[in-house]
Amino acid sequence: MNIIKEYMQLDKIEGPLIVLSGVDNASYDEIVEIKTNSGIKHGKVVQLHNDKAIVQVFETTSGMSVRDVSVRFTGSPLEINLSKDILGRVFNGIGEPIDDGGEIFGGVKMDVNGRPMNPVARRYPRNFIQTGISAIDGLTTLIRGQKLPIFSGNGLPHNQIAAQIVRQAKISEEEGQDFAVVFAAMGVKHDDAHYFLKAFEESGVLERVVMFLNLADDPVVERIITPRCALTAAEYLAFNHNMHILVIMTDITSYCEALREISSSREEVPGRKGYPGYLYSDLASLYERAGMMEDSSGSITQIPILTMPNDDITHPIPDLTGYITEGQIVLSREIFQRNIYPPINILPSLSRLMKDGIGEGYTRDDHPAVSSQVFSSYSRVQEVIALSQVIGEDELSDIDKKYLEFGRAFEEKFLKQDFDENRSIDETLELAWDILSILPKSELDRIDSKTIDAHYRG
Amino acid sequence: MDKIQGIITYINGPVIKAKNMEMFKMREMVTVGEKRLIGEIISIDGDIGTVQVYEETTGLKIGEKINSTGKPLSVKLGPGIIGNIFDGIQRPLNFIYEKSGGFISEGIGLASIDLTKKWDVVVLVKEGDIAKEGSLFATVQETPLITHKLMIPPGISGKIIYAAKNGTYDLEEVLLKVDDGKTVHDIKMYQEWPVRTPRPVKKRMPIEKPLITGQRVIDTFFPVAKGGTAAIPGGFGTGKTMTQHQLAKWSDADIIEYIGCGERGNEMTEVLEDFPKLIDPNSNLPLMNRTILIANTSNMPVAAREASIYTGITIAEYFRDMGYNVAIMADSTSRWAEALREISGRLEEMPAEEGYPAYLPSRLAEFYERAGYVTTLGNDEASVTIIGAVSPAGGDFSEPVTQNTKRFVGAFLGLDKKLAYARHYPAINWLSSYSGYLASLNSWYKDNVSEDFMNLRGQMLKVLQEESKLLEIVKLVGEDVLPDEQRLILEIAKLIKIGYLQQNAYHKDDTYVPLNKQYRMLRVIKLFYDHANETIKKGIPISKVKSSQLYNDILKMKYSIPNNYKNEFDDFENQISAYFDSLIEAYEG
Repeated sequence: MNIIKEYMQLDKIEGPLIVLSGVDNASYDEIVEIKTNSGIKHGKVVQLHNDKAIVQVFETTSGMSVRDVSVRFTGSPLEINLSKDILGRVFNGIGEPIDDGGEIFGGVKMDVNGRPMNPVARRYPRNFIQTGISAIDGLTTLIRGQKLPIFSGNGLPHNQIAAQIVRQAKISEEEGQDFAVVFAAMGVKHDDAHYFLKAFEESGVLERVVMFLNLADDPVVERIITPRCALTAAEYLAFNHNMHILVIMTDITSYCEALREISSSREEVPGRKGYPGYLYSDLASLYERAGMMEDSSGSITQIPILTMPNDDITHPIPDLTGYITEGQIVLSREIFQRNIYPPINILPSLSRLMKDGIGEGYTRDDHPAVSSQVFSSYSRVQEVIALSQVIGEDELSDIDKKYLEFGRAFEEKFLKQDFDENRSIDETLELAWDILSILPKSELDRIDSKTIDAHYRG
Repeated sequence: MDKIQGIITYINGPVIKAKNMEMFKMREMVTVGEKRLIGEIISIDGDIGTVQVYEETTGLKIGEKINSTGKPLSVKLGPGIIGNIFDGIQRPLNFIYEKSGGFISEGIGLASIDLTKKWDVVVLVKEGDIAKEGSLFATVQETPLITHKLMIPPGISGKIIYAAKNGTYDLEEVLLKVDDGKTVHDIKMYQEWPVRTPRPVKKRMPIEKPLITGQRVIDTFFPVAKGGTAAIPGGFGTGKTMTQHQLAKWSDADIIEYIGCGERGNEMTEVLEDFPKLIDPNSNLPLMNRTILIANTSNMPVAAREASIYTGITIAEYFRDMGYNVAIMADSTSRWAEALREISGRLEEMPAEEGYPAYLPSRLAEFYERAGYVTTLGNDEASVTIIGAVSPAGGDFSEPVTQNTKRFVGAFLGLDKKLAYARHYPAINWLSSYSGYLASLNSWYKDNVSEDFMNLRGQMLKVLQEESKLLEIVKLVGEDVLPDEQRLILEIAKLIKIGYLQQNAYHKDDTYVPLNKQYRMLRVIKLFYDHANETIKKGIPISKVKSSQLYNDILKMKYSIPNNYKNEFDDFENQISAYFDSLIEAYEG
C-alpha cells in the first residue's frame, strides 16, 4: 500500500513556482496539494531532478512561506469530474464549482490535458453552420467541427459578435440533436464575463452553457488550466453524449501571457517576444481539440477570441494561432470607427474549411464563385481607394468609380447589419448579387457566364 | 538476461536524463519507464544520458528504468507502406486507433508495417546466382499501381544458397539465404534502416527532367526538377497546404509521400478522405495507390515531429532504390525546425538566431541533400524530389528557417499574402520566386514541349516585370495618363495573371493542365500581344483592342478549351489573327 507522504518544507518560492527536495515517487505532470494557512492550493509538477521537484502553483503564492506548508502528491494528473449535470453550471478556472450548485457527483473523472486525436479517427468537417452574419456565412463560412478564431483588438466588438453567433447559430438543426455552449474565460474583465452571462440568458441558452471563469483578477497561472478544463468538458459532452458543442475561449492573449510569465520564472530560453519556444505546440494542444470523431455523432466547434496586441497581426499570438486554426475572422479598427458593425475586414479573413462545406448540396451552387468574386473585387477596391487618395476621386476612370461604388455598397449593405439581424444564407447571397451587379458583367471574372446570367441584376 | 538499465534522474517534458548510461550508444532507440515509451538517446555525458521521448511523459517518475533496444531509430521497409498512414516514428495510425481508440495514448510500444500480412511473391533469382547489394531478387504487387521490388539490403553481397519458390509469404519468412563467404544472411521481405543515415546509391546524376505538376505557374515559370528541391514559404492563409495538396495530387512522380509535420489534424483527415476518391490522370487509378502519408499533427508529441522528417525521407529513399521517382511534400519544415528549437531549449543549449539552435542550417542542409537524381545500387535511374513548405513567423521571409532553406533549395516558390487576399491562387509571387533548374531543364523543354517554350516564358515574365514597374506609376497618376503601348502591357499582364497564372483547383479541367496545353495557352496570349502591339503602333486606340470579345475569351480559355483539345487552339489563333487583320484593314481602309 502506498503511504502518502507530506512534505513540510519548501526550498524556494519564486513567482508561481515552488521547489521542494527530498521528494520520492513523484511523477511528471501530477497534481500536488499544498496546505497553507490560507487554505488548500493546487499545483502541478513541471520538472523533476533527482529528489527535487519543481511545482507550478495554480493559485497565488503570496502569503506562502517555506516552512508553514504541507505538500502532498496526489499521484494523478489534474482531473475534473464530469457528468451531464455540468450544463448550466459555473466553474472557476481550475474546474471547481463557484455557483451554488455544489459539487458534481457520480460523473466520470477525466484528465484535463486530453490526448491528441488520431487523424485516422477524425471525421472531416463538412456541415455549414449558419450564423446569420453575412460576412461570415457568405465569405468565411463556419463549419461544424472547425476552429475559427476572431482576431480582434482591445475595444472592438468581438464579444458582441461571439454572442450574436451563439444566439443565431443553428448548430443543431438536424435530428433534434442536443447542443451546448462551453465558455472559457481567461483573464477577462468582470463586465465582459457579465456581458456573456447576460447574452446567454437573453438568447435562452443559459441552461445549456457550461462556464469556466478565470477573471482578470484571478490567479494568472490558473489561466493555463482554464481552457483545458473547458475543452475536457466539451470533449465529454461531444464524444460521450453525442452533443454539438460550441466552445468560446476568450481571451487567448491573456492565456499566452500567463504562459510567458511561467516560462520566464522557470528561466527557459525565450523565443519571439519572450514567449516560450513551445508556444506553438502549446496552443495546438488547445485548438486541435476541435473536430469530429468516428464512433460519435457529436462535434466540437471552437471560436477562440484573441486581442491582437497593438492590432498587429504578425504578433506571435495571432501569427501562431493562424497557423493552427482553420482560418480566422479579422476585425478592423478602421472599419469599426466608420461605425460599421460587424467590423470584419474580409481580406485577411479566411475559412479554410468552407471550400468543402459550401456550394451545391450544402448552401447554394453559386456560393463558391460569388464569394471568390467578392474577395477579388473588394481587394481591387482597396487599390482604387489608394489611387483616389493620390489623384482625387474625380480623376478616376469610370470603371474605377464603379469599384468605389461597389466598395461602399459592400460595406453599407452587405457587411453592415444589426446586432439582432439574422440573415439566411439565401438573403446573404442575394445581397451579394445586388452589390456585384454594380460592376459591369465583364468585371466578374471569377464567375462563369451561365451563373452570371442567372443572377445578375438588370 | 541481465540487461543494462538506465535510471531516470530528470524529467522536463519530452527531455529526460538518466544515470548508469555509459554502455548506451548515441542515437540508440530506448524504451522509457514502466509504460515503455519510445525514446532516442541524444547525448551522453559520463554516465548521464539524455533521451528525447516520442510520447507524452505525463506520469513518468524519477527512478524508473530505461531499457536499451540495441539499435538506432529505424524503420522497417517492405510491402505494406503504400496507402498507409504512419506517425512520426512509422507506427501505423490505424493500428494505434485499434489499440487506443480515437485518442492517441502513450505506451503503445513499437509497431510498424504489418509483419503477419501475406503477400504474393514472385522470386526472380535461383540458388547459385550471385546477389549484389541493391539488386532485385523478387517482386510483390503492393498496389495495382506499384510493384514493390524486393532488393538485397545494402552491405550484403554473395552467393545465393537458398531461394524460396514463388508463393505467398508473410514478412518474417526467409526468402533468400546469401553466403558472403563469412556469414550466411537471411533475407526477408523487409529490411530495417536507421532513419538518420542516407541510403547508399551508386552515383548521383545531373538533374535534367522536370517534375511535371500540371500547375501552370510552376511548370511554366518556376519549374521543379525530378531529384531537385523546392521550398514553398508563405504566411498563414496564403495557400501553402493547398499548393502542397495540388502537387501531391498531380505531380508525375511514381510515388508521393506526404509528411504532415506539425500541421492540422483535419488536413490529414482531408487527405485520407480525398485521395482514395481522386483519380490519377496518368494511370486512371485512385491516387491512394501511390501515396504514403506520415502524420505528426501539431498536438502530437513534439519529439516525434523532429523524427518524422527522417522517417519520411528514409522511406522515400527505399522506393527510389527500386527505381521509382519519388516526391516528398513536407508540410511544414518550419514546424520541424521549431521542434528542434523546443528540444534544444529544454536541453538548455546556447541559442542562435531567434532561439533556434546553431545547428539548424546544417540539419536543413542534411535533409535537402538527401534529394537527388541517382543511379541506384541496382543500376536504375531514380530520384527523390523534396518540396518543403515553410511557415515563416509573421509571414516575414527574413526569418532564419526561410533564409537557411533558401540556401539549400533549387526552386523557391514564394507565396504572397496580397495575392491570397485577392483570392489569386496559387498565390505564388512571380517577382520573388525563382527556379535554379531553368538551365538544366532547358533542353528537356525544347525536346518535349516546344523549341520556343523557354523563350515564350521569358517574354511573358518580362511583361509581368514591366507591369510591376508601371503599376508604381499608376499608383501615383492613374492609368489613363499612360501611353497606349504601356497600357497594353498592363492589359497583357492581366491576361497572364487571370487567364494563365490563376488556376482553379476545384475545376475539373483546370486543376491539372498538361504541358502542351500550357504551351498553347501561352502562345495564344503572345499572339494576341504581338497583334495588339502592331495595331497600337498603327495608331489604333487600345479601347478597340480591349473591347473585343477575344480578350474575354482568352481570360476564359482555361475553362472553355478542354485539356484534350483538338483544333480549338488553332481555330482560336486564326480567329485572333483574323480579328486584328480586319481591324487594321478597317482602320487603314
